Amino acid sequence: MSEILRVEHLKKYFDTPAGPLHAVDDVSFTIKAGSTLGVVGESGCGKTTLGRVVLQLQDKTDGKIIFDGQDVSSVDKKGWRALRDDMQIIFQDPMSSLDPRMSVREIIEEPLKLQRKLNKEERITRVKELMDTVGIAERFENAYPHELDGGRRQRIGIARALALNPKFIVCDEPVSALDVSIQAQVLNLLMDLQDELKLSYLFITHDLSVVKYISDEIVVMYLGQIVERASSAELFASPMHPYTQALLSAIPVPDVHAKKDRIILEGEITSPVNPRPGCRLAARCKYATEVCKNPQTPEEVAPGHYVSCCRAHEIRQ
Amino acid sequence: MSEKAFLQIKDLSVQYTSDHQTIHAVNGTSLRLERGETLGLVGETGAGKTTIAKTILRILPDKAAKVAGGEIWFDGQELLGLKEEEMRKIRGNRISMIFQDPMTALNPTMVVGYQIQEAILLHNSCTREEAKTRAGDMLEKVGIPRERYDDYPHQFSGGMKQRVVIAMALACNPELLLADEPTTALDVTIQAQVLEMMSGLKKEFQTAMVMITHDLGIVAEVCDKVAVCYAGVIVESGTAEEIFDHPAHPYTVGLFGSLPDMTGTRNRLTPINGMMPDPTELPSGCYFAGRCPHATAACRSVRPEMKHLGGTHDCRCIVKGGEQ
Repeated sequence: MSEILRVEHLKKYFDTPAGPLHAVDDVSFTIKAGSTLGVVGESGCGKTTLGRVVLQLQDKTDGKIIFDGQDVSSVDKKGWRALRDDMQIIFQDPMSSLDPRMSVREIIEEPLKLQRKLNKEERITRVKELMDTVGIAERFENAYPHELDGGRRQRIGIARALALNPKFIVCDEPVSALDVSIQAQVLNLLMDLQDELKLSYLFITHDLSVVKYISDEIVVMYLGQIVERASSAELFASPMHPYTQALLSAIPVPDVHAKKDRIILEGEITSPVNPRPGCRLAARCKYATEVCKNPQTPEEVAPGHYVSCCRAHEIRQ
Repeated sequence: MSEKAFLQIKDLSVQYTSDHQTIHAVNGTSLRLERGETLGLVGETGAGKTTIAKTILRILPDKAAKVAGGEIWFDGQELLGLKEEEMRKIRGNRISMIFQDPMTALNPTMVVGYQIQEAILLHNSCTREEAKTRAGDMLEKVGIPRERYDDYPHQFSGGMKQRVVIAMALACNPELLLADEPTTALDVTIQAQVLEMMSGLKKEFQTAMVMITHDLGIVAEVCDKVAVCYAGVIVESGTAEEIFDHPAHPYTVGLFGSLPDMTGTRNRLTPINGMMPDPTELPSGCYFAGRCPHATAACRSVRPEMKHLGGTHDCRCIVKGGEQ
């Protein structure tokens, strides 16, 4: 399978009065065409910033983004327009990402208008097609976002993202605002669309059960860095990084007979402003020793399974 | 069941009025809870869970909301008929509530210690100094150092703010705690810390708790009993084992089918089709009939009664009720 996206040593720092905030710090990964990479982590770990920088909605501080064989920083403004058609995003909160003064049809039509490839009639046909694809009845064509429920609103966000036939979509917590029964409908839709249209997803979420369900491969982020990367099955079967282990053990399991040997992390995420070199989890990690103060590099512990923890082997035993 | 439980809600109905429309939020809900027990009240957005809790505490908005019928018995007293001044002695003292979003539940212009102290002063005859000491004790109990008494809410992280809210709710040692999605705004590792702390405190104080949540994982972990709420009615109730091992109502079964399986492989989810009925125009039969794979003509015309399935397991469904 070919690569759709390759990210190398990507960095995004924000200036704050207290110093540079390392939102994304030296992150590298690849996504194979037609597959889903899940990005999981807690609030403030930089996962949303990562998605936005990959799409160049925010400028990167350093690093390389190669989309479909093209280095995006070498592309001029005109080339970007074409690239943008192929890279889309679905936002978390459909209420704040849809213009309240535009009807459903206008919202889905807008990207087509900007692209200027289709005439009015063709656009209307395409909008109908898209509404059908995401399962919104035609009678909602003239409705406004506030008249619809959360599930339908998110379907409109998906239709808008699909309008230009993209190859790659960043899904930024697309189901977090939805109830479980509706969440399941939208997740199924996203997976059907992937099969049908050969889409690749960067799927950002804090919900581990969702990420496991939808992803082929998963990266776990903590304070701007990737601490572990593996296939979905491998990560859940044998998590190696102490943070991944704590994260997985913290999920409440809907089974009254489940055993609960939970790893509770002490304290909370520390500040990403001017972090010290070395492992960023060390202050909360029960395995931390002096060696953890050195910078951590990813190590391949099994084929395709990378862990950034110098004590991963000892912990395993 | 003539004998009254510690908390017993009988046939409660609550309606909101807005723009000349009547929203039927709670439609004949009955619940029982004993001392020291935790009841998980499960359901989706708009199922009426929060309205039930607010009705118990009588903090519904005066103008918009109306209790259309029913009784709420708390330790032998009927709450809905109490005078406001009597209710004020119970609210925050014998019954208290933890709200979903800690940022809106705390006053941003007051130091957190004082916000805890306030509740203690109001309900106990003690001096300011004593109240301050007790507020400091409460902070320590929820894992926040006493030294942070004089900090403002914005100086705390989300997880710590929720601990402050919990300390406030527990300050007067309530007999009944209403927890409305207490960990929904928190990250999983912080959620694990807070849930662990809450079950510890619950054991220590023998508090009865109503845990309102949409997360079946949390229910499995902390609740003894479960009531599943749909469009303002309880459609199924029983012990946690009864509900998780033998879910009977098609809605409960649908909820479980909508959850991605954490242990198995990538199977397709089996979601519930459609969505909850509009609470301004509820259907005449079973409220779930429109989304139910087993619905018959009878389901669309007759409102189902609660059927007893054995043990403490009850289910409101004419098709699936008696199969076990």
